[in-house]
Amino acid sequence: MGDHHHGPAKGLSRWLYTTNHKDIGTMYLWFSFAMFLLGGAFAMIIRAELFQPGMQLVEPGFFNQMTTLHGLIMVFGAIMPSFVGLANWLIPMMIGAPDMALPRMNNWSFWILPPAFLMLASTLLMEGGAPAFGWTFYAPLSTTYAPPSVTFFIFAIHILGVSSIMGSINIIATVMNMRAPGMSYMKMPLFVWTWLITAFLLVAVMPVLAGAVTMMLMDIHFGTSFFSAAGGGDPVLFQHIFWFFGHPEVYIIILPAFGVISQIIPAFSRKPLFGYASMVYATAAIAFLSFIVWAHHMYTVGMPLAGELFFMYATMLIAVPTGVKVFNWVTTMWRGAMTFETPMLFSIGFLVLFTIGGFTGLMLSIAPADFQYHDTYFVVAHFHYVMVAGAVFSMTAAIYFWLPKWTGRMYNETMGKVHFWVSFIGFNITFFPQHFVGLAGMPRRIPDYALQFADFNMMSSIGAFIYGASQLLFLYNVIAAITSGKRVTDEKIWDGAEGLEWTLPSPPPYHTFEVPPTIEEQPAH
Amino acid sequence: MSSAQPSTEYEKYYVPESSSLAVRATIGLVLTVFGGGLVLNEMTFGGTHDTGGMAKYVMYVGLAIFIATLTYWFRTAIKENKAGMNSSQLSNSYVLGMFWFIFSEVMFFAAFFGALLYVRTLAGPWLAGEGDGGRMNFLLWEGFEYTWPPVITPQEVVGGALSQPIANNGEFVSQHTSMAFADAHHWYAWLPLWNTIILLTSSVTCEFAHRGLAKGDIKRFEAWLAVTVGLAIIFLFLQAAEYYEAYELFGLTLNSGIYGSTFFMLTGFHGFHVAMGMTMLLIQLIRSVRNKHLTPTDHFGFSASSWYWHFVDVVWVFLFIFVYII
Repeated sequence: MGDHHHGPAKGLSRWLYTTNHKDIGTMYLWFSFAMFLLGGAFAMIIRAELFQPGMQLVEPGFFNQMTTLHGLIMVFGAIMPSFVGLANWLIPMMIGAPDMALPRMNNWSFWILPPAFLMLASTLLMEGGAPAFGWTFYAPLSTTYAPPSVTFFIFAIHILGVSSIMGSINIIATVMNMRAPGMSYMKMPLFVWTWLITAFLLVAVMPVLAGAVTMMLMDIHFGTSFFSAAGGGDPVLFQHIFWFFGHPEVYIIILPAFGVISQIIPAFSRKPLFGYASMVYATAAIAFLSFIVWAHHMYTVGMPLAGELFFMYATMLIAVPTGVKVFNWVTTMWRGAMTFETPMLFSIGFLVLFTIGGFTGLMLSIAPADFQYHDTYFVVAHFHYVMVAGAVFSMTAAIYFWLPKWTGRMYNETMGKVHFWVSFIGFNITFFPQHFVGLAGMPRRIPDYALQFADFNMMSSIGAFIYGASQLLFLYNVIAAITSGKRVTDEKIWDGAEGLEWTLPSPPPYHTFEVPPTIEEQPAH
Repeated sequence: MSSAQPSTEYEKYYVPESSSLAVRATIGLVLTVFGGGLVLNEMTFGGTHDTGGMAKYVMYVGLAIFIATLTYWFRTAIKENKAGMNSSQLSNSYVLGMFWFIFSEVMFFAAFFGALLYVRTLAGPWLAGEGDGGRMNFLLWEGFEYTWPPVITPQEVVGGALSQPIANNGEFVSQHTSMAFADAHHWYAWLPLWNTIILLTSSVTCEFAHRGLAKGDIKRFEAWLAVTVGLAIIFLFLQAAEYYEAYELFGLTLNSGIYGSTFFMLTGFHGFHVAMGMTMLLIQLIRSVRNKHLTPTDHFGFSASSWYWHFVDVVWVFLFIFVYII
């Protein structure tokens, strides 16, 4: 084996056989973007159908398949893998490691994803259609009344779980074991911290999801009665198990986004992150709380009052560490020498819109009020403010921020800013009106609606088309940057950016930090 | 934090250059689950889902590729270690990997234990009309009384699958004899007790083997390891006997309602993990006897297998308490 200071292999085998964290990160990012476009296309179909009241374009059954696959693909195919891709690219470069701890397993974690999603998407062509029970796949809709394709849906979820668990074990081993000498835990960039905690959450809850779908599989094919009252089981049991996974899953999606924002805001404020230690503790507190709040998704299911109260108060507690984070970001910007390049615009967009999503979350956490909001478009608006304006905006910011470092080429700044403003406006036109129709009682996951919701829905649809189109601009900007963008030669592309990755050439060589750097004593972030 | 200079002393971390293992394992895994899905749908839905029996061959081929690839993968990792490519840092990555893998397994079992405890403490009493959750009892399952182990399913109370007031999803016929101690005729005929003794003993013998190896006493190591593997096989044999008893004599099946569901899922997945752990230990034994692979200072394969074995043992203790005793 010896030393290998050469570059990557040629052709397809480079990507199939690679063990390089940068190659694997790139594959994750491109794959997740492809899934983002696919899930986005499904969203466009949903919004086209909802453009006017009455049945317009698709059959109700197909509409349900679209909402189901849109959710599954965005959560498991777009957002989660995109952050894993980011982790692959950045964690070794940020902590001064030669690669991920277990490089071959890293490759395997990626390569089982595309076939799993192919299998999931192929359910659209199967007899009885694709799963149509919503991305939360509640029993008995997903067991007794499910189409036969549910079997392949279950196995796809199993494979995604295996991929996530292996990816997370790799990240934990990398962060715990591969930090350069002197890189103590409390010196790690916050992105690394948030991913370490996210990886822990993933290892803890993906197996629970695997357990849930396994029980479904047994109920469907082997006559068990986990989710059937006739045999002494309980369909509500499914919801408890699902949300024991599902709520930490929400933080699995948003914590790496917090990490990204905590890297970008200091860079463009030209100030160290305010309250580094409190950010770490807040992240850990959110992760802990995520395990004891799951039933706030189920207030209307008929829980005992004590349960409603416990989960209500526990949920409200999350506002405290989340508030710590938001205030720290704002305080980081306070009296900073701020500039507003595209990554910063998306980060500030994140900050404003995520906070709105956080507040609507607080409204939803109030059990008696939730009886009004439950399963309405208010909930849809709430989680799109945290999923899209939260996770996707921060991911977009991350791409603009690190793309010049990865490729050695600059994207078009004007086009980036246009992308931001079109996204920002399109997003708000789409989802802000949904708060109103939701409060007025429009249920989610229904292809038709009452006439009084028509105007707001048309606005939503127009906004969605604008937001969707702006992502094509993003794709074009990224491809143009990679192929013909202006070359950047500085190690430090953004003058306020701090961290080991900015000590490397742009683009970094194929193998970096084969001998770890020594981190010298210096003031904290 | 941007001042960075190469450190002076560093043992190189081995990063394999490229590898086709992952892609091969992917092909095996995907064929296995796709074939498996076809088999299940053929079995349950029949009709147009019938593949004429071809589905199982897809699954078998996938499984063969998968197992062969994993075997080759482990061989590769062992060879690299023997060739001195693993720094102590890389070995530590393996340790962390195994630890967090076992943690994920703990959480997998937690889902099934959680289901059992939820049904036993909340859903069961509610079905029988207790508390706020029970207000629908008189409409849906009138007359159902909750006991554990259950002696009758709600469906049977209302007169079977056809008179069930809500959607029909199969027939659930309760067992006539449960696995609880109260239903065992003699204490010495109660297999779970013997299985508990066997598994706890095997954890101790596994530890003896570990100590033998640490002292460099390979003979002692191999002897105790062989005893451990032997106990594992006896455990699996008794577990099979218990399943036979359940199906043939007690009327306890997967279709026996929630008792059968939780009983077979928990013991079944545990049994599967015992079989995995037994295989891992057996491979360590073969590696030691045939290849002299394990040394007092370098035996991660055995250590990892033994941690796994202790984990399986701890799961059984919880199983014994919550499934069989309480």
